[in-house]
Amino acid sequence: MRFIFKTDYNQDIRLFQHGGQMFWYGLLGVLLLAAPYLVSGYVLSQLQFICIYSIVGLGLMLLVGYTGQISLGHAAFLAVGAYTEALLQAAGMPFIVSLTSAALLSAAVGIIVGLPALRLKGIYLAIATFAFNVIVEEIITRWESLTGGNSGKLLKAIEMFGFRLSSPESFYYLCLGLTVLAVLALINVLRSPTGRAFVAIRDSEVSASCMGINLAYYKTMSFALSAALTGVGGALYAHKVGFISPEQFTLVQSIELVTIVIIGGVGSLHGAILGAAFIIMLPQGISIAKDWLPESVSPAGLQSVVFGLILIAFIIFEPYGLYGRWLKIRTYFDVFPFYRRGTFRRQRVYLRSERLR
Amino acid sequence: MFSQFLQLTLAGVAQGCVYALVALGFVLIYKATETVNFAQGDLMMLGAFFGLTASTVLGWPYWATILFAIVVMAAVGMLIERIVIRPVLGYPTFTVVMITIGVGYVLRGVVTMVPGWGTETYSLKTPFGEGVIRFGGVVLASEQLATIVLTAALCLALYLFFRFARLGVAMQATSQNQLAAYYMGIPVQRVNMLIWGLAAGVAAFGGILLAPVAFVHSNMGFIGLKAFPAAVVGGFGSVPGAVVGGLIIGVVEALAGFYLPEGFKDVAAYVVVLVVLLFMPSGIFGETVRKKV
Repeated sequence: MRFIFKTDYNQDIRLFQHGGQMFWYGLLGVLLLAAPYLVSGYVLSQLQFICIYSIVGLGLMLLVGYTGQISLGHAAFLAVGAYTEALLQAAGMPFIVSLTSAALLSAAVGIIVGLPALRLKGIYLAIATFAFNVIVEEIITRWESLTGGNSGKLLKAIEMFGFRLSSPESFYYLCLGLTVLAVLALINVLRSPTGRAFVAIRDSEVSASCMGINLAYYKTMSFALSAALTGVGGALYAHKVGFISPEQFTLVQSIELVTIVIIGGVGSLHGAILGAAFIIMLPQGISIAKDWLPESVSPAGLQSVVFGLILIAFIIFEPYGLYGRWLKIRTYFDVFPFYRRGTFRRQRVYLRSERLR
Repeated sequence: MFSQFLQLTLAGVAQGCVYALVALGFVLIYKATETVNFAQGDLMMLGAFFGLTASTVLGWPYWATILFAIVVMAAVGMLIERIVIRPVLGYPTFTVVMITIGVGYVLRGVVTMVPGWGTETYSLKTPFGEGVIRFGGVVLASEQLATIVLTAALCLALYLFFRFARLGVAMQATSQNQLAAYYMGIPVQRVNMLIWGLAAGVAAFGGILLAPVAFVHSNMGFIGLKAFPAAVVGGFGSVPGAVVGGLIIGVVEALAGFYLPEGFKDVAAYVVVLVVLLFMPSGIFGETVRKKV
């Protein structure tokens, strides 16, 4: 176990706490950079999806995991990003401009949703965002002159600085680069006063406002930042899939995005990425499991059963998610003979009630 | 002109009754345990499938199938509470919401995997016949009338239960203040379990009432999503609110489907919800509680 004796504030907010961390993240970075030459085309495609979902997961993590605001409508922001990208590309805009516009437009929509959401708490907020998602989905379907309705929109390969990013490798590097940028941006937001305000709001709105935190400002900002990241993810998603239509941005998609946050581990950036990887790889695992089923049972529902069971199991047995599991394993080895079962036990607050908060 | 409006309103009321029944389930569970059950629509679907089995495979008469579905679903509801909800009691609302979403996924998947249920669409026979009933210029299918009457009967029964039965009063006490109820000697955990059973039973009733209109299908639980607006419009913690909200949503939907351009029918309920939440953040009948530190 490594003890770090911190003597000043700069040490506390350093990107890497010690050389070991720098080594392991460096190794991960090298592996990810070398991935196109190491793995097959299928795995590379999955890696692209993991990067895209990681960006979206990071955005949602900021809102749900750090600010404590529930959103069941993030697929709508994904849709805003994807359609902005598709329309601007068709209009001949360069990728830099269209991606930035996708992020800014999503952020603007995020502010529009965030403002009425200021008055709502808990489950009312969840249902308002969920209603927003349904409305956006319907608008996309009906506004056929702009979005093509149910027949959808096709996208071409990205062109940037005169290069065509048509090969999977180049697109992978683009996704990877944007993911790293998103992680760095969030780390910086979270170690600034803004990030601490978000966490304070999550832990207790009343005490946060007593400490002089402007609830309206920070809650709206959290919505806007989260929506902007989701919009970037949406733009990349549109390019990855190559074809977008309203049924890709339904409530079910929103729930899947929230599941990334839950399974990864609420309140950790690692969690967003681990959760995204898990969600992307899950269908693959399930299709293997289908072979074991008896003949008489129809395998159609297996995916949703396994998905639901995993969700329930994580919440009951591992509320801190995949990242929490990793922390427990690491702590076990760190303190080896002295690990005690209660170390990570979650405190139960029976009387904590949404009605009285 | 006016008779057409009346006609649409009545059709909306009949549809709204089903929303109200599902919303009633939400509200019962929310009031008692502060859990929002996103699986309520799927419980309704499962109830309809049990009713279907009783009527086609076992060949039971209609009233017996209703009773069978309610009893089986009450057991299922209590089981769900015991297995997955009780371990997370006291956790933040959002956690529990995600659990119920997971339960919904499992139920939907299990139904498509059970031999004989699968992903096909079934219809359930009712004894109300195909006839129509006329009052003046207004025509009402007998099935719609039956839905309205049965919903009203169930509401009356629930009212009497909460007003006069020992258990009903205990449930009300629990939903107002769990700690105080516990100090008064009410076994709160057991009451919560019974409330889940009650809500699942109400859902099964709703599923069977809906069956002649919407057919029995593994995705029929998505009607439950329409019941959310109903519950929210009425105020999540209010039993009469759920009924009023359901009727409002049903009527608005029916009117929007006729008077507004195509596409508004599907979103009308959600627009109503956003508007209501904007002006009354806790619904029409919602209780407002002062913030305490």
